[in-house]
Amino acid sequence: MTERTRQAASAAQKKEITNRWLLSAPALVLIAVASVGPLLIVLLYSVLAPGSYGDVKWELSGQGWFNVFLSRDIFDDTISLADAHVTILWRSAKLAVITTVLCLIVGFPTAYFIASRAPHNRSIWLFLITIPFWTNMLIRGFAIQEMIRNEGLANTILMKLGIISAPIQMLYTDFAILLGMVYVHLPLMVLPLYASLEKLDFRLVEAGYDLYATRLKVLWRIIIPLVKPGIIAGSILVFIPALSSYVIPRILGGGKNLMVGNLIELQFGQGRNWPLGAALSITLVIIVLFAMLYYVKNAGKTGGGHA
Amino acid sequence: MRKRFDIRVQPGFATIAMFCFFLLYVPIFTLVVYAFNSGISIARWEGFSFRWFVAAWNNNLVIEAAIRSVQIAAIAAVIATAVATLAAIATTRTAGYRGLTFKYSFINMPLMVPEIVTAVALLILFSRIKVWTGYSGLGYLILAHTAFCIPFAYLPIRARLENMDLALERAAADLYATPFKVFRYITLPLLWPGILAGMMLSFVISLDDIVITEFVKSAGQETLPTYMLGQLRRAITPEMNAISTVFLLLSLAIVTIFFFLSRSNEKSD
Repeated sequence: MTERTRQAASAAQKKEITNRWLLSAPALVLIAVASVGPLLIVLLYSVLAPGSYGDVKWELSGQGWFNVFLSRDIFDDTISLADAHVTILWRSAKLAVITTVLCLIVGFPTAYFIASRAPHNRSIWLFLITIPFWTNMLIRGFAIQEMIRNEGLANTILMKLGIISAPIQMLYTDFAILLGMVYVHLPLMVLPLYASLEKLDFRLVEAGYDLYATRLKVLWRIIIPLVKPGIIAGSILVFIPALSSYVIPRILGGGKNLMVGNLIELQFGQGRNWPLGAALSITLVIIVLFAMLYYVKNAGKTGGGHA
Repeated sequence: MRKRFDIRVQPGFATIAMFCFFLLYVPIFTLVVYAFNSGISIARWEGFSFRWFVAAWNNNLVIEAAIRSVQIAAIAAVIATAVATLAAIATTRTAGYRGLTFKYSFINMPLMVPEIVTAVALLILFSRIKVWTGYSGLGYLILAHTAFCIPFAYLPIRARLENMDLALERAAADLYATPFKVFRYITLPLLWPGILAGMMLSFVISLDDIVITEFVKSAGQETLPTYMLGQLRRAITPEMNAISTVFLLLSLAIVTIFFFLSRSNEKSD
């Protein structure tokens, strides 16, 4: 190659790369302006002082972050743990973990069931899992609300069966939030689990049986280790949105049964403490980022798990 | 005779799976059934009727909100799909270049940030802009929806592109087609199922959005989901069931088309 053709080639390459940046620019700009960029404003607001009627005063202040975990007594200035916030953060984490575990308990057998159907039937079963997923979350929450209200189907059936004599209060409790969250997030568990289980090499299962393993042992020692990436993927995919739930606790939990998403909203609404709301938001983003990192490290390569 | 030993079976799994499908569908079915209740209760069946569908149809608030929802979703889906298509072309079928990974993760970032956080971020930003400019139209909602729809449009288009090789486009270029002609007559027709899938996905995602809309909307800009959210705290009549049922059917129709589209997407590998 002469010097000149080499130059021409590298100029063409440069032009192609410029073109590629130009082509992707509209998408990048839109996301920067209306999705990711504004997060920087939240970060900024978290270190400003709260204004008296919402919004912020333009002076640096650590109050927002201080208030996430601590509170100062208004009378004697003693500092103590901000019970309300810590409790809600802890509650949210707890509810999200329980949701994840319940989704796993129901979702794993379901995904296994689908993966062990004949290949041409699998997509229909999968479709059945995805339909509720594409149904508006509000409608699903509303459907659960109807099921478990005092005069709803669940209580009616339990009373007809004579198991209970008076309706149990289920709606507006933690149970309702859990039920709603499992209901809403279940497909997010089943789909990645299925992706892993579908690639499961049943010859390994067969080998296990040949060596006199019981069904439970095969499940525990062969199948589960092989699909571990799918289990991690599903768990993270459920945990993240469950932790930051807003709609489900709002319509199924009572006014007092908050999760961190509702606490954030409160600071921007009645609470009028925008810096605190901003600091809580950033806390949530950080937790989610760590979960994502863990996901990328451990489940990014969703294979059947054959090393 | 003993049943043949099936290595695929795990005891109890089929039962749990059936329970799972039961759990997924019973609430939705119940909701749909009571939409046809002739009484005012959403818990006691009093006979079949369409009265609540008629009531919803005659409720101006519902119709306005529904039209607004569809308007926003349609515009957002079209814009998001258009820019996502360009971005997908820019990020696939290349030997790799500086910034490619960055672009890829940046486009997917809206999927990773909790919606409530994006919602308050936009609330802060847009409330300032509203004060500065005095404009408080639907533009903010459309902009916000477009942004979070982009990754949903991008993924199926990118998937489709990755399975298309450059041979046809190169051949066309060799025959002196201009870059625009190559795109118009070769790339676009081949890419079409992916684009359509991306557009429908974005449409449904935008139509379903509650949290961001709830925070960004100005007064009098209820979409169907935010309208329903407002109603859920009050005494509920089967009218809510009727609205939900129609909404559900609409989503179902779109998802079904999407399902067949992505199937044909896979087949053409």
